Amino acid sequence: MFPRFSHARPTDLQAALALLEQASGRIHAGGTDLLGCLHDGVLTADTLVSLSNIAELKGISPSTENGLRIGAMTPIGAVAAHAGIRSTYSALAQAASVVANPPLRSQGTLGGNLCQKTRCWYYRGDFPCLRKGGDHCFAFEGENQHHAIFGGEGCYMVHPSDTAPALAALGATCRISGGGSSRSVPVDQFLMPALVDPQRETVLEPTEILTEILLPPAPPGLRSSYRKIRSRQAWDFALAGVALALQFDGNVVRSARVFLSGAAPMPWRAQGAEAVITGNSLNAQTITKAAAAAVEGAEPLQHNGAKVALFEGLVAESLETMG
Amino acid sequence: MANKPKTTDRERDGVTRRGFISTVGAGALGAATVGTSRAEAVPEITAPEAMVQIGLTINGRIHRLLVEPRWTLLFTLRERLGLTGTKVGCERGECGACTVLINGQPRYACMTLAVEAEGSQITTIEGLMDGEALGDVQQAFVNEDAFQCGYCTPGQIMAAEGLLQANPSPSTEEIRKGMSGNLCRCAAYHHIVRAVDSAADGRREGDDR
Repeated sequence: MFPRFSHARPTDLQAALALLEQASGRIHAGGTDLLGCLHDGVLTADTLVSLSNIAELKGISPSTENGLRIGAMTPIGAVAAHAGIRSTYSALAQAASVVANPPLRSQGTLGGNLCQKTRCWYYRGDFPCLRKGGDHCFAFEGENQHHAIFGGEGCYMVHPSDTAPALAALGATCRISGGGSSRSVPVDQFLMPALVDPQRETVLEPTEILTEILLPPAPPGLRSSYRKIRSRQAWDFALAGVALALQFDGNVVRSARVFLSGAAPMPWRAQGAEAVITGNSLNAQTITKAAAAAVEGAEPLQHNGAKVALFEGLVAESLETMG
Repeated sequence: MANKPKTTDRERDGVTRRGFISTVGAGALGAATVGTSRAEAVPEITAPEAMVQIGLTINGRIHRLLVEPRWTLLFTLRERLGLTGTKVGCERGECGACTVLINGQPRYACMTLAVEAEGSQITTIEGLMDGEALGDVQQAFVNEDAFQCGYCTPGQIMAAEGLLQANPSPSTEEIRKGMSGNLCRCAAYHHIVRAVDSAADGRREGDDR
């Protein structure tokens, strides 16, 4: 049984924002992560403000910029099944289809998938780690098989989302409402670096709500994919994952965005790999060089050195499939 | 992730009988104020200990009852409505023993608050029965010996029911993926896949008749 909390389930966004202003509540989206955190005492909550009854936050439709608008409360399963996303934004459809399992995909939302807390076992366990107000990261010198090989600054978690790297590769934008206004933040800048504020995973203020995710129009020649490797074949977070969004001009890659999951506290942009690919065709030589560039500068911890080879192989395989 | 350190002093403050009775008493007052605030633009936030009145549509029947906001659908089904076919497993969305259908889709009742299930169509294992007769997926599990201890079975059957409603002709691979949210510690997986396949066959033959 959870500790007691109040609960409100408004039917429109303005009411939800007003409730956040007056009650300093936690947002309940699908609830799959929130309730787990409350159950384990990782988080406490006096008030839950549920967004599940707000129709305007759900659904997938064309955006005014000829791209796609996905309401933040759209279930992940609906994203995975959407014909337009499957055909035009394959990376997102593929990422959504490997999140957790069918029950969790029909409950969990795309917005919630971006806002979820890390699965780091120290964070989830009884450890006063940096993210919970402590003064250091227990993973750095502890059990760190699943932890970061890039970007570990203070905290060595890996961000658990599969959809975030896919959305980042596709150049998607988060729309955020709150404080009487709204703003846009690119998905690759939506997550908060630990050095800036270790106790906030995202740039959302306590009175703000992520309302929608906007996919830009697909440029001609866009091909995208997402693949992840798990410790078991189903229902697991990424040990290593890669999202690719490449714009082809014939056989030549005109532009490339490559984001890794399971690598860093946020989707990790593999700029070295992007530079190798851009302007070249995906022949064996380019692929080998790009895969090596993707892991250049990796700083594995004591127990996760295997990830370096895993990522190198994964990037190579994903590029081969794309070429 | 595997190898999680166990939480040693996890608080499991279940509702005691005494506490339960006292909250029911307090809830009657709380519920009276909730009812009137519903229509307003900004709904009132109820006190944490207050009970709220909700209507749950379960197996086609509407149940009106008072719940605490923190009660899960699982707790409410079992402890308030006596629908004990839905099983308590991990209570943290990691095993699938509590799987029910919400609007036709498999969902974990342990990760769904009762207040969040209002307005949805909920189907539990009891809803698959026709009187004392087993439903076709239930019968397929019996025929294929798709369980050993049987504890995960109601959840497995609800997941299978949801899968077949969405995909009447799943391949073996689709069955494995579709059932991947339900763990079986006895590892009856091969038989479970066979039961789902056999139930799908049975439905198709039924349609052909």
